[in-house]
Amino acid sequence: MSVALKDRSMVLQKEMIASHFARLEKAPENREPVVYTFVPGNLVELIRSFGALPVLPEINALQSGMRKLSGDYIAEAERLGHSEDVCAYVKCDIGMLRSGNIGPAGTKLPKPDLLLLSYTGCYTFMKWFELLREEYDCPAVFFHVPYQGDGVLEPEHREYMLRQLREQVIPALERATGRAYDEDALRERLALAAEAEDHLVAVLQSAKHKPSPIDGYFGTVYYVGPIFSAFRGTQEGVEYYRALREEIEERVAAGQGPVTPEGPLDNQKYRLVVEGPPSWTHFRDFWKMFADEGAVVVASTYTKVGGTYDFGFRHNPDDPLGTLADYCSGCYTNLNLPSRIDMLVRYIQEYEADGFVINSVKSCNSFSAGQLMILREVEKRTGIPGAFIESDLVDPRYFSTANIKNRLESYFQMIQARRAGREA
Amino acid sequence: MTRATIVEWARDLYEDLDFGAVRGWLAEKPGRKAAGYLPVYAPRELIHASGLLPVGIHGGGDRLEIIRGDAFYQSYICHLPRSVIELAQSGRLDMLSAVLFPSTCDVIRNLSGIWKLLYPDVYVRYIDVPQVPDPAAAAHFWEGELRRLLRDLAEVSGHQPSDDDLRQSIAIYNKVRDVIRTLYRLRQERPWDVPTEELYLLMRAGEVIPPDEFIARARDYLAAVEAEPRRPRDNSRVVITGAFCEQPPLGLIKSIERAGCYIVDDDFLLGNRFLTGEVPLDGDPVRALAESFVHNELRTSVMYEGDSGGKRRLMQQRVSGARADGIIFAAPSFCDPALLDQPMLRAGAEKASIPCIAFKYAENSGQFQQFREQAGTFSDSIKLWGSA
Repeated sequence: MSVALKDRSMVLQKEMIASHFARLEKAPENREPVVYTFVPGNLVELIRSFGALPVLPEINALQSGMRKLSGDYIAEAERLGHSEDVCAYVKCDIGMLRSGNIGPAGTKLPKPDLLLLSYTGCYTFMKWFELLREEYDCPAVFFHVPYQGDGVLEPEHREYMLRQLREQVIPALERATGRAYDEDALRERLALAAEAEDHLVAVLQSAKHKPSPIDGYFGTVYYVGPIFSAFRGTQEGVEYYRALREEIEERVAAGQGPVTPEGPLDNQKYRLVVEGPPSWTHFRDFWKMFADEGAVVVASTYTKVGGTYDFGFRHNPDDPLGTLADYCSGCYTNLNLPSRIDMLVRYIQEYEADGFVINSVKSCNSFSAGQLMILREVEKRTGIPGAFIESDLVDPRYFSTANIKNRLESYFQMIQARRAGREA
Repeated sequence: MTRATIVEWARDLYEDLDFGAVRGWLAEKPGRKAAGYLPVYAPRELIHASGLLPVGIHGGGDRLEIIRGDAFYQSYICHLPRSVIELAQSGRLDMLSAVLFPSTCDVIRNLSGIWKLLYPDVYVRYIDVPQVPDPAAAAHFWEGELRRLLRDLAEVSGHQPSDDDLRQSIAIYNKVRDVIRTLYRLRQERPWDVPTEELYLLMRAGEVIPPDEFIARARDYLAAVEAEPRRPRDNSRVVITGAFCEQPPLGLIKSIERAGCYIVDDDFLLGNRFLTGEVPLDGDPVRALAESFVHNELRTSVMYEGDSGGKRRLMQQRVSGARADGIIFAAPSFCDPALLDQPMLRAGAEKASIPCIAFKYAENSGQFQQFREQAGTFSDSIKLWGSA
């Protein structure tokens, strides 16, 4: 029964993604407007309410990484003059574009009618869309989400975002799509978003069970895919998350663990929290290094870059623009370091983790700059030593299998030794 | 004062990693306080009006051994933050009551969080400048940020500045900007008379002394330049771009000049010249500062470029404005703003047939031979083929 249900959620997601990319390919001939935007602080409900289709370049880049195409795309971008020092997502995207712009589903990606630059928690986003604007020669609109430098969303910052939504973003979407803003349509989508978010949170928090029925990092990057990309605020999204939740609840009832690349992980020796994005080029190898040791990830911060729903946020149809501002402001990389540390400590405590691992990726300073400080602070506050490994998002040159495996194995041995010490 | 005296005075300040000038100023009168700021742009007028000494924090360059700083940063993160941490962890920044972290990039942004954790008794503020092209929304946001900063700085200093205090500080910094513009203009006209090495040292000195003192020294320098003219050489005129945050070692600037390049425009210590016009002294002073920022003409990698052709035109405009022969893209390693911008800027320059070279540096680069050879070859090629 659980296999059938699991298959259902996976099949659903595959169908949804394939259908979305097929629709994107035909968008020019069907005259469906296309809006590019980023995962953190994406305004997908608003975009969809204008009848436009969203494209998320980070999703395309990570998919290229998983499909082992990113190395060539990055090389192409570097040949064009892009520095080896900068974000590999950007270079992968530019390289893909210059190589024919064939997206993750093997279909051609349409040109954007609008670049909606939601400037949320990542400086590189600004340059990325400046670069894409050069490539596509299309309109762009800038949505500035103030950083939570003091750990809270200030009321005047919220007002600033609302003003931008009303005076800049919505008019830009109206021009790009030829449609008028329809607040009722937005409210409907926000209600669907909130419903899906409820289901997702139930899935995320299922990891509090022992054994955990999910992997809160490797498995959950698949789970958050639809809600972080094109499907928040859609009926398909709600159906996917309902099916997923049912599947996970069945696993809980059966006392089963997640299914990893090496099969079910029921015998869970280590419960971990992970900070930082995964390495997409070696995703399965990376996951296997954990699974082989009986390590399950019970919570992660990366799976909150597209929204921190497990801390209570839900899109609110009663306050359509305000809720978009609240959502953007609360995305993980828009939080300051003390807030990120609070989140990690809370995860370790609430999910009863044995340890935490920081995967520091070369490409992403928004995540990486400060992670060594995070490591020492979390260790200090929890009394639990952490592991620190280094790789990259989609640049295969920066994944050293032997090095990472050695570090992880040593780390698991250390947890085991501490455990034995406590029991002695 | 002679040129040499002024330059040596500036060099001493530049080389003093213990910030003796700042400590001296603080010791002159009990109760004085100082506030640091990182690159690129911080509203120094507010710091000054609050009775605090604004202090530029630009790392330790090649004069500081990094011991503690490397424990905070991975190898693929630029050098500046580890150097700033080194200064702080070694007690060299313990005289600062406040530190401002402008929205230059994610590294400096996250450094603000590190500072909050390491130094909970220091006032720390991330300065989120308005990026939106809409001037009304941007000015409203920025005015609010400035008022909040002003309120907080007043708490730090214990002095609540009046509007007149603010106008006085704005007037002083208008003069700072004016004298810097004069220096830059003179260098552009007679680069042999204003070597960038000297100009840069003078600018660095200005980061650690009160603004009125800087104005006086800068005027002394201008007078000394007129009194001690030098002979022009057959050098190429170049624009350096990309060095707005982590500063190049002085040796790199000297190497470029000695390789036969007159630097006629640059973006070193760009915060000094961020506001391109005078800030009005009438009306509400905070509003005036906010409006001046929003309506500013400066184009830089740390700000969003709202004009779709803006990036491609920028280097042509800078080269034409400085009557330069070529461009040196000199960016710090791992500098997101400079390196992500570079393909766009370079494409525009190359389309306009402007000769370009590019290299990367770190503030602690110690070997300059390769830079000298590269810049020398570049200069020679401009002279040989530039007018062809």
